[in-house]
Amino acid sequence: MIAELLVPFGYDYMLKAMWVSALVGGVCAFLSAYLVMKGWSLMGDALAHSVVPGVAGAYILGVPFAVGAFFSGILASLGMAFVRQHSRLREDAVIGIVFTSLFALGLLMASIWPTSVSVQSIVLGNILAISDEDVVQVAIISAISLCLLLLKWKDLMITFFDEAYARSIGLNTTMLKALFFTLLSACTVAALQTVGACLVIAMVVTPGATAYLLTDRFGRLIVISILLGAGTSFVGAYLSYFIDGATGGVIVSLQTLLFLAAFVFAPKHGILAGRRRAAMAGAPA
Amino acid sequence: MNMIAGSASASAGVLGQPGASISVRGLTVTYNTGLTAVHDASFELDPGTICALVGVNGSGKSTIFKAIMGFVTPAAGDIRLSGRPVAEAVRRNVVAYVPQSEDIDWNFPVLVEDVVMMGRYGHMNFLRIPSRADRYKVDAALERVGMGEYRTRQIGELSGGQKKRVFLARALAQEGSIILLDEPFTGVDVKTETAIISLLRELRTAGHLMLISTHNLGSVPDFCDQVVLLNRTVLAAGPTAEVFTQANLERAFGGVLRQFNLGGAALHDDEDPRGLTVLTDDERPLVIYGDRKGQSALPAKRPDEPKS
Repeated sequence: MIAELLVPFGYDYMLKAMWVSALVGGVCAFLSAYLVMKGWSLMGDALAHSVVPGVAGAYILGVPFAVGAFFSGILASLGMAFVRQHSRLREDAVIGIVFTSLFALGLLMASIWPTSVSVQSIVLGNILAISDEDVVQVAIISAISLCLLLLKWKDLMITFFDEAYARSIGLNTTMLKALFFTLLSACTVAALQTVGACLVIAMVVTPGATAYLLTDRFGRLIVISILLGAGTSFVGAYLSYFIDGATGGVIVSLQTLLFLAAFVFAPKHGILAGRRRAAMAGAPA
Repeated sequence: MNMIAGSASASAGVLGQPGASISVRGLTVTYNTGLTAVHDASFELDPGTICALVGVNGSGKSTIFKAIMGFVTPAAGDIRLSGRPVAEAVRRNVVAYVPQSEDIDWNFPVLVEDVVMMGRYGHMNFLRIPSRADRYKVDAALERVGMGEYRTRQIGELSGGQKKRVFLARALAQEGSIILLDEPFTGVDVKTETAIISLLRELRTAGHLMLISTHNLGSVPDFCDQVVLLNRTVLAAGPTAEVFTQANLERAFGGVLRQFNLGGAALHDDEDPRGLTVLTDDERPLVIYGDRKGQSALPAKRPDEPKS
């Protein structure tokens, strides 16, 4: 029985998948702590879909996928800014149009010029078959992002909480926000490999949202979020060996289960706690 | 609740700095959109002053704040804070900013003590790790505003007045000698307003300089020694008794003010020439009782004020 449970640890590709997933899941969760606080969750989704043509193009041309993703990410941001300024459309409509267009373009490119990487593995991820070069890319992106976040987490917190004050004590909030979005794009590209473009949004939203229900301190929120993100990614990759299901689906399902548990049972912000408070308030003193 | 409890020694560090002063000369600010929000504005403020910045929405109050904090680069003119250029003053944490309540996300997961600790960030190294001195100053600031027992509450769980005091505590922890307060009395009950005002008076005694943007015309004569009246430029600036007059206010506000005039038979049954004028910008009204337009406002005695 035990021997059977340890089987995945005997395979190189499974070990690789579990550790890479955990690393990416942890960094994405770090970013999610900030993203959910600002109501920018959909930006993460938009970014993830917009980089698809870049990734497809990079594989077609044989350049590192991060380079392609970077260029199409920039293209997406500029496109959104341009349409925003030159039309009377609201932001959500602009985001919706630009990212779906780029996503469609990516699918088209990948099906017209078939490459080693299939449409399916871009959209759904394919961590079990990740190449060594891609592992290196993902590891470098994640490590750099993690270092920068650890150095700047408090400055980013003040910027997100009270931007005017952050500027008044001399922080360069424009640079900090640019740093955040650069890291976000880089990490969504990294997460593309594990869970695919469709589910990246979950990686950069769900752990932070779950942690937000569990604590009132931002520092703890980040720690809880990282533990959730890294833990679910590691376990999800491990479980996908037995279930024989798509890794991304398993990871995100785990995250959703934990979110639901927090949503119901969180000691202070869960719905049961809310009911208890309402009952206490309603009871005669 | 006792905000007067803190001793004056808590701000002794501020007294050690050269006197807090603001000098704005010929300030013109033009935004990228081409809008000139402030044109050729000048005023001077000395240490130990509470100054009200009064004007309609769009008169340039927030632009003046932004210029003092270095958010906008003046197209012309010069600002000196305690004799230093803005960028240097900001680096030295001379300016402490207390934001409007609407600008804060009250659901953000931070506790009262976390917010006050942010006041120390400007003094910490780039990793922002608090020292024992930082913690001590946070404790002192919290006690000073009477929020010590609420330190582990999430900020959204506080009342309107408590929220204000937390952000004032942050300004105290920052130890800036110049404090900018953006609409500090909006959404605050009279009791808290009185408490905030007595704290500001203490800080004035300690040598701080406070610049307050406010719509609360009625309380201005009570606690502000100076007034700057704005409408795209400085219309009048100086001691409250000279500047805060009905004639000047009408000039600053145009038709925006609500105004009630009572005089003659409606007010008196004798030959008294004086009339009663109530000016309000939808917060506490300004009441003027006198016989001519140049009449200055009567500073109403507040219950908390020491008998003179």
